[in-house]
Amino acid sequence: MQATAEQIHKIAQEHLQKQRAYEKVLHVCFGPGCLASGSKPAHEKLSAAVEREGLSRKVLLKKVGCMGLCGRGPLVVVGDDEVFYQGIGKRSVDDDVEMLVEYLKTGALAEKLLMDGPEKGKKYTHMSEVPFYSCQKKMVMEDVGRIDPDSIDEYLAAGGYTALRKALSMKPDDIIESVKKAGLRGKGGGGFLAATKWRSCRDAHGSPKYIMANGDEGDPGAFMDRALMEGNPHLVLEGMIIGAFAIAGGQGFIYVRDEYPLAVQRLVAATAEARRLGFLGEDICGSGFDFDIRIVRGGGAFVCGESTALMSSIEGKGGEPRAKYVHTVEHGLWNLPSNLNNVETWATVPHIINKGHEWFASIGTAGSKGTKAFSLVGKVQNTGIIEVPMGMTLKEIIFDLGGGIPKGRKFKAVQTGGPSGGCIPADHLDKPVDFDSLYDLGSMMGSGGMIVMDERDCMVDVARYFLKFLVEESCGKCVPCREGVRRMYEIVDRIASGQGRSGDLEHLEELGKAIQLGSLCGLGQSAPNPLLSTLRYFREEYEAHITKKKCPAGVCKPLIKFTVNEKCNGCMVCARECPTECISGEKQKPHVIEQDKCVRCGNCFEACRFDAVTIE
Amino acid sequence: MPKVNLSVDGKKIQADKGAFLLDVCRDNHIPVPSLCHNEALGSDGRCRLCVVEVRRGNRTRMVTSCLFPAAEGVEAITQSANIALVRKTVLELLWARCPESDEIARLARSHGVSDVRYQKDNDKGKCILCNLCIRTCESVVGVSALGLSGKGPVKKVTTPFDEPSETCIGCGACAFVCPTGHIQMWDKEGVRNIWGRKFEMAACAKCGTHFAPLYQLEYISKTSGASMDRLRTCPDCR
Amino acid sequence: MTQSSACCGGKGGDVTVDLAKVDGIIDKYGRDRAGILGMFQDIQREYRYLPKDAVAHVCRTLGVPLAKGYEVATFFKALSLKPRGKYTIQVCLGTACHLKGGPNVIEQFERELSVKTGDTTADKKFTLESVNCLGACALAPLVRVDEKDFGKTTPGTVKKVVKAF
Repeated sequence: MQATAEQIHKIAQEHLQKQRAYEKVLHVCFGPGCLASGSKPAHEKLSAAVEREGLSRKVLLKKVGCMGLCGRGPLVVVGDDEVFYQGIGKRSVDDDVEMLVEYLKTGALAEKLLMDGPEKGKKYTHMSEVPFYSCQKKMVMEDVGRIDPDSIDEYLAAGGYTALRKALSMKPDDIIESVKKAGLRGKGGGGFLAATKWRSCRDAHGSPKYIMANGDEGDPGAFMDRALMEGNPHLVLEGMIIGAFAIAGGQGFIYVRDEYPLAVQRLVAATAEARRLGFLGEDICGSGFDFDIRIVRGGGAFVCGESTALMSSIEGKGGEPRAKYVHTVEHGLWNLPSNLNNVETWATVPHIINKGHEWFASIGTAGSKGTKAFSLVGKVQNTGIIEVPMGMTLKEIIFDLGGGIPKGRKFKAVQTGGPSGGCIPADHLDKPVDFDSLYDLGSMMGSGGMIVMDERDCMVDVARYFLKFLVEESCGKCVPCREGVRRMYEIVDRIASGQGRSGDLEHLEELGKAIQLGSLCGLGQSAPNPLLSTLRYFREEYEAHITKKKCPAGVCKPLIKFTVNEKCNGCMVCARECPTECISGEKQKPHVIEQDKCVRCGNCFEACRFDAVTIE
Repeated sequence: MPKVNLSVDGKKIQADKGAFLLDVCRDNHIPVPSLCHNEALGSDGRCRLCVVEVRRGNRTRMVTSCLFPAAEGVEAITQSANIALVRKTVLELLWARCPESDEIARLARSHGVSDVRYQKDNDKGKCILCNLCIRTCESVVGVSALGLSGKGPVKKVTTPFDEPSETCIGCGACAFVCPTGHIQMWDKEGVRNIWGRKFEMAACAKCGTHFAPLYQLEYISKTSGASMDRLRTCPDCR
Repeated sequence: MTQSSACCGGKGGDVTVDLAKVDGIIDKYGRDRAGILGMFQDIQREYRYLPKDAVAHVCRTLGVPLAKGYEVATFFKALSLKPRGKYTIQVCLGTACHLKGGPNVIEQFERELSVKTGDTTADKKFTLESVNCLGACALAPLVRVDEKDFGKTTPGTVKKVVKAF
């Protein structure tokens, strides 16, 4: 079916009318975080209760994508004024569902399910009052968490595919010009100007031209692309179709991480729906333009986030990168002109087309325009997905949105850019978050992971962690990355085990520089960053491991020992938490940790409420 | 082929546009080391020994000379502190990987690497993963009996499932092209042993020397159309 | 550590591959080499691992040298040439999970099940794997058993997870 503009408009209007017939729309978060904390059973019970109470004609239950504040899930948001309920079923699903039903019946707020404010006894009622949300500027995430991602009608009702229709009436060159004036930079890591790539690909000889979206979000600690693909798949498709029209692309591919089965499923379903209504396939919206998109699953290889490795994988080969002296926009997939952008970059395009490049360029900083989605995780109060204007400071993100560090501990560093990025210390918290300032700090924007670390995190251990990751994820093609990174790991592992030697740090710096200079692809060239940035900002911590054989943060197991001090009142909590049952003692009597059996997991330390467990 | 003007170490050179810098250097007697490049097989960019620096405008960057196409106005230098750092690092790393390889030790020493600071490997043999054997088997011999397996530090060259390959013809081209002598091949009593498989050697119809595996002759006969009778005579007696 | 353990032909635990079924999967991808990774993944879903005979059959059908198919089969972490247990326990060791104690959780699984990460229990019930980020970092450390997620785990919750299956 080739739906006309009028028919599409009608579908959208009818859908809106249908929703307006309900008194209340109740959004239940089916994002990855909320699903893992039990939103599915909560939804089932809620649904049954609504039915039982005869509310089904008044209340519409909607399953939506990630609402962002994953750490407080499962989340439920009700009505146009967005009453914000959190932690549904944390205590008892039945009780919480009962409270929600009461609210639906009488309008009396379910106080217990509202989020606590900073002052005691004061709670936030609406989403807009919660600083985590009010400090954000949503663009690509705007409808994620609002619409049912399984329904194209929902997307149409939210104004979906209007940008495509508008773009199809424009000249391709004008679209590229608009994206150029907007200043859109690739959000997958490098920050390359999108319009420059589009221009070169359009001008390149060869046909068909391939249009690709990178959804192989491999950075550990980053999941905003997942939230986007699962929460609003049509937005990604719409951006790609517009890009394909501008570039004169003929076939599209979305390369999705294998670990995200739901994203794969949603995107496959979305392409079928888009095809049904004529947004994909032949003669798109009657414009004469043909383009289609295939969803390709990745195989669980971090290196396939690199453009040439990704293309090699789509071709059905192992994911080895190649040198890019001949650009992929000219000779990419199957040696033909190919344009690859990250899914978030594509999802930005419909907004630029609809609201104009002036609007887009008015957001952000001089060099980095628009917004960026991040996953804010680690040692921070409010963990989840955020989208903020470029240029917001790290401090604002971590303390205003994020609510600071839990357990009254001290902020130590924030890691951005995943295994290609670095750790930024407290001294630089006032720096704006944009492509260039993060690079100057020895880190990078990367795809958008932001991992907060506190005083209980050891920077040597963090460097060791990333190196171990990179050792396994190196494709093994070139010598500096394959051999060099594992040797860096060996040295750092030795330091973390108390076997460090003088000269190790200088050796690491030299080796790191050689790997940066000599590696074939971006993965290898940036592999030393996590190590070098921690060495730059936390050198004394490395030195403590080497010379004093001590881990100041109390993390590196061979260098630490847990003991019970005189504050112990014999409450037995630590003993219950100990996985190896090595804590002995009776109730009300001081406990003792049997050192031979202790595996130094730190459970007792975390469990004790009386500061009675000491790390030496 | 259109020509371009460039310079290498200050020397003005005219070269075919798009020719790889490594070939341009060697054609002009400017030595650049490499381990994974072969004229017949082309380049792969694996070993990173051939890195040079290229200046364009006021930007200097390190490039892989075996893959970098010659272009107008390129100013390349083949010696610098950074280039030396990368080459020495690569050689020290390969020496640690393949301590038994005399070729790597020799090359490392000639680049000023006197010792290895790492725990030497004992499970990699002399294989530096240059891929020349695989590329030979694929594009010269045309059978693709060899490939890579795994990724990262466990990556290796092997036959499928580490078992004797059904497609191998025992020609030994892989062993011949290997720069470090990693691939083991030996002929004994009319039988060739390679990659865990035994091949019956054909005896020359005239001189009786065992000169090539029967399999290889049959493969040549099949692909070239030459008769087996003719092929059964060794090249010396033909 | 070599990949030689990957070859499992005839060494027990190998299943009989239904070639007609494999053909169906190959057809689904239009008999196109580009789909080889997807084919391997679909076959793995069928048998819980990627049997050697299936790899060979796919390569033969597509006209891809076996060595190239083997390259793909061993490059990607999502594919396993070794038979796996009835349930796969994935312990996330993404950055957030690492910081919040993921390594302690996986070590506890190793003790509890008496296996090393990457291996399968003797009774073939569980395969224990580490995974680099499952994308639910707010619930670190995360453990996934097949489709079921367990958030904010500690070494103490390991027993409960194992008992649930």
